[in-house]
Amino acid sequence: MVMGEKRKKINYSKWGYIFILPFFISFFIFSFIPLADTIRYSFYEYYRSGIKEIGPNFIGLANYISLLKSDMFKYAGNTFILWMIGFIPQIVIALVLASWFVDARLKIRGKQFFKVVIYLPNLIMASAFAMLFFTMFSTNGPINSILTAFGWIKQPIDFLGSVFGTRSLVGLMNFLMWFGNTTIMLMAAIMGISPDIFEASEIDGCGGLQRFFYITLPLIRPILAYTLITSIIGGLQMFDVPQILTDGQGAPDRTSMTLIMFLNSHLKSKNYGMAGSLSVYLFIVSSILCFITYRITNNDDPDGSKAAAKKAKRERRNKV
Amino acid sequence: MMRKSKWKSRGMSIFAHLVLIFLSFLCLFFFYILFINATHSHAELQKGFSALPGKNLLKNFLNVANDGTFPMVRGIVNSLIVSGCSAAICTYFSSLTAYGLFVYDFKFKKAAFTFIMAILVMPTQVTAMGFLRLVTNMGMYDSLLPLIIPSIASPAVFYFMYSYLQSSLPMSLVEAARIDGSGEFRTFNQIGLPIMKPAIAVQAIFTFVSSWNNYFVPALVIQSKDKMTVPILVATLRSADYMNFDMGKIYMMITVAIIPIIIVYLFLSKYIIAGVTLGGVKE
Amino acid sequence: MRKRLLSMALVSAMLVSVLSGCGAGKDSDDSKKGTDNAEEGKVINIYGWNDEFFKRVNAVYPEVDKVSKDGTEIHWIINPNKDGVYQEKLDQALRNQADAAADDKIDMFLAETDYVFKYTDEEADVAIPLTELGINPGEDLADQYDFTKITASDASGNQRASTWQCCPGLLVYRRDIAKEVFGTDDPVKIGEKVKDWKVMKETAEELKSKGYCAFASYADTFRLYGNSISQPWVTQGETVIKVDKKIMDWIKDSKEWKDAGYFDKTVKGQWNDDWNKSMGSKSKVFAFLFPAWGIDFTLKPNWDGADGAWAVTNPPQEYNWGGSYVIACRGTDNPKHVKDIIMAVTGNKDNLLKISKDYLDYTNTVSGMREAAKDSATYASDFLGGQNTFEYFAPVAERIQIAPLSAYDQGCVELLQNAFSDYFQGKVDFEKAKSNFETAVIERYPDITEIQWPE
Repeated sequence: MVMGEKRKKINYSKWGYIFILPFFISFFIFSFIPLADTIRYSFYEYYRSGIKEIGPNFIGLANYISLLKSDMFKYAGNTFILWMIGFIPQIVIALVLASWFVDARLKIRGKQFFKVVIYLPNLIMASAFAMLFFTMFSTNGPINSILTAFGWIKQPIDFLGSVFGTRSLVGLMNFLMWFGNTTIMLMAAIMGISPDIFEASEIDGCGGLQRFFYITLPLIRPILAYTLITSIIGGLQMFDVPQILTDGQGAPDRTSMTLIMFLNSHLKSKNYGMAGSLSVYLFIVSSILCFITYRITNNDDPDGSKAAAKKAKRERRNKV
Repeated sequence: MMRKSKWKSRGMSIFAHLVLIFLSFLCLFFFYILFINATHSHAELQKGFSALPGKNLLKNFLNVANDGTFPMVRGIVNSLIVSGCSAAICTYFSSLTAYGLFVYDFKFKKAAFTFIMAILVMPTQVTAMGFLRLVTNMGMYDSLLPLIIPSIASPAVFYFMYSYLQSSLPMSLVEAARIDGSGEFRTFNQIGLPIMKPAIAVQAIFTFVSSWNNYFVPALVIQSKDKMTVPILVATLRSADYMNFDMGKIYMMITVAIIPIIIVYLFLSKYIIAGVTLGGVKE
Repeated sequence: MRKRLLSMALVSAMLVSVLSGCGAGKDSDDSKKGTDNAEEGKVINIYGWNDEFFKRVNAVYPEVDKVSKDGTEIHWIINPNKDGVYQEKLDQALRNQADAAADDKIDMFLAETDYVFKYTDEEADVAIPLTELGINPGEDLADQYDFTKITASDASGNQRASTWQCCPGLLVYRRDIAKEVFGTDDPVKIGEKVKDWKVMKETAEELKSKGYCAFASYADTFRLYGNSISQPWVTQGETVIKVDKKIMDWIKDSKEWKDAGYFDKTVKGQWNDDWNKSMGSKSKVFAFLFPAWGIDFTLKPNWDGADGAWAVTNPPQEYNWGGSYVIACRGTDNPKHVKDIIMAVTGNKDNLLKISKDYLDYTNTVSGMREAAKDSATYASDFLGGQNTFEYFAPVAERIQIAPLSAYDQGCVELLQNAFSDYFQGKVDFEKAKSNFETAVIERYPDITEIQWPE
């Protein structure tokens, strides 16, 4: 049986290569060549002064070392904090909403409406959204006038003047922009679960919470991992929102400066060398983060979905 | 016992509605402010925020539409071309790749998968400078192509498709098709794709939206006015300096920029939810 | 290498197939090969960041309303100034200038005062000296203000750019506040109250006691100090930033003024919503420091009351703010046209006066502006209650001593203001602000090796 299956597969293996070929060609041209370029220049002194080009002069690891001495770790910390502020409420609320939406017993009215509405903020350009926030939360902006009109505050609050205010606003924006997206994704995953399983659990007397933790969560693990990974990438790449909200300065005192804003300031000065080595650091960090996430959510778990899926697949095949 | 649980779920239901209403309010509030501001003149906006619409809607719109330096219609058409093509080829090729890796067994399968997972994390900005140099060398500077073609390789979309296939495509279907004498591409197009429909709809929207809102790459690559996409036009408008300083116009431009995407979304969202409800292949 | 070529070929084959399915194939450039045998090129490419120059050229150089009489086309390549996109695109194009097809070469471009030196630099040699074009600055542009010519010259004194615009600044104040606090809104009397920084400070105190602020933001006063530095930020050939004594004065005074409440405390920097609102009728801000464009294109649109509420008078210190310079680009295939445009827009008194009338620019003609100063019938401003602003601008313009320039000015000015903004608001201490500036400036200019502070 096993032997036969193997031989059969070999016949089709060339199709596997053909199917994945476009992806790899496109990747090779548009990502790999530029990436190789980036890595190469990270070992060079290479920038522009005015319109004159300096370099490229090979300088070994000098760029990497000078980055280690810079405030890079501080910016990494900022990025992490800003990401967490947005991500935690996002994933919690998205999970709750997704399970509400698929729960027939809650009899949620206007489901369609809510689903459509919560995704709306994701449609607007991050830069335009940030601009809107910037205006709304400015010292003389609408939010302050509303708060003053209600008599809740006496003095206008300088939201963007404080570390807490700026970071919370960035977090709030990221939350608003992404929770609808995550909800829809998780919902799709939950609806993919066979209703038989839910029925069976109901017969066994499984409560709402129990069902959520013991059935829903484990079964949507791949999509959860996907959400987590894409969110980590998104978090690492966070740029537009803090850039526009703080006018590229990460003010006050560079406490909202993210890694990509830091990278951007090197790109702006056409410092290919420094930007290159920062990119390599970023690449390494994100790879590690994603590897960890992938491991935790997929393989190392005793009742991980992948193992379960594999098992199910095997069983299914055996049945056939 | 029954009554109690009924009451409990009633309470839960009310709570859920309240939370949903609050969140919807938050989401709509910003759009409301945007639209309201787009109906006010610059001087009115200066006086402070007003919750009621103003009378300058048409004037602001005409200001945006008639401004010779900002080819708004052209920009929207460009954005539609770029986003539409990106969404189409991105979802198609990602499905293809995911299908290829899921259905077939071959020597480098595991390596290919691991490789894609590794590049999944690569931030776009990291390769920006090299990308620009490459595009220039290939003679594609100032054209829409470099905004479209690279989306063939979208690791994140691939991963989503792959996860979806894992849970929804029984190998038995593929094998059955083979027995029926269907070619591999035909099997993919006629069996794989329809099964992936819900996932494709979801990712098509996501890709469309992120492509529509992309500023970073177009700003690098696009030069001439008749190839600019909407986000570049908005940025151009914002930076029009003191000569064209009119906040009402800027809000209107943003409004105009998001309306097409809202329409596309409303159109596709029905499809998504219907697709998700169908839920692919069930045993 | 061969591998790379092969994959390129592969990909281009793929592009074609993908395109045919997408219908986006119409963006290959329509090559405009003419059969004309003229010596000059067929296309004049002009790089700019908005339609300002476009409007002025169209107003005074009618041969080229899109297509000139002799068939030469003008192509305007506009990129946003925001986030340095304009300079990025321009630099990119300048680097490709040598290889570009004749019709794609840049023929002219614009640069603002803040970074014009980057392009007029002798070593970079992207700007053609005017003498090479056949313009003799000493004669043909004799009527231009000297400081604009100095700004447009490289380190050896060759003028490589020219401007139609000259941006002397004034103090614009609210008449109603002046009447309430000082009992008069007469520009001469108010002028006395703001004639130098010492008197200005007393006036600010007076305003504060009545609940008003002298200015909106510390950034408003920066140009006045920044224009009177005695040495350039970076001396030619060095890699050291020398922060001038005058800049330290600005920091010291701004902190003092900020703490004393002479600025509107809700406003941070410029060009943001709070700053715009401080020009509205509800604001408590007494005055702004603006050149002609600032009054007409920033203050006026932001003012929501009736005309005649504002008036101008002399500033505490002469200064220049802004100005767009026109540069003939090395490698142009249309040197004659370029010369004609430069002369028509920046070196022709009648044209300049027309621009002043049509677009309210304070133009670069000494004699013309003197005439305008006397011609209140033509140049009276309704917005300023009938004042002829040229009367006030002219003496300022003639007294402006332009600060020595360097290619690093734009970044230094911008980053210093940003770094010390936190200090003025009490978010960081003085030393931290200094080190934040150092970090930021080295990020922007990797070749800078040292930052020297006075004392």
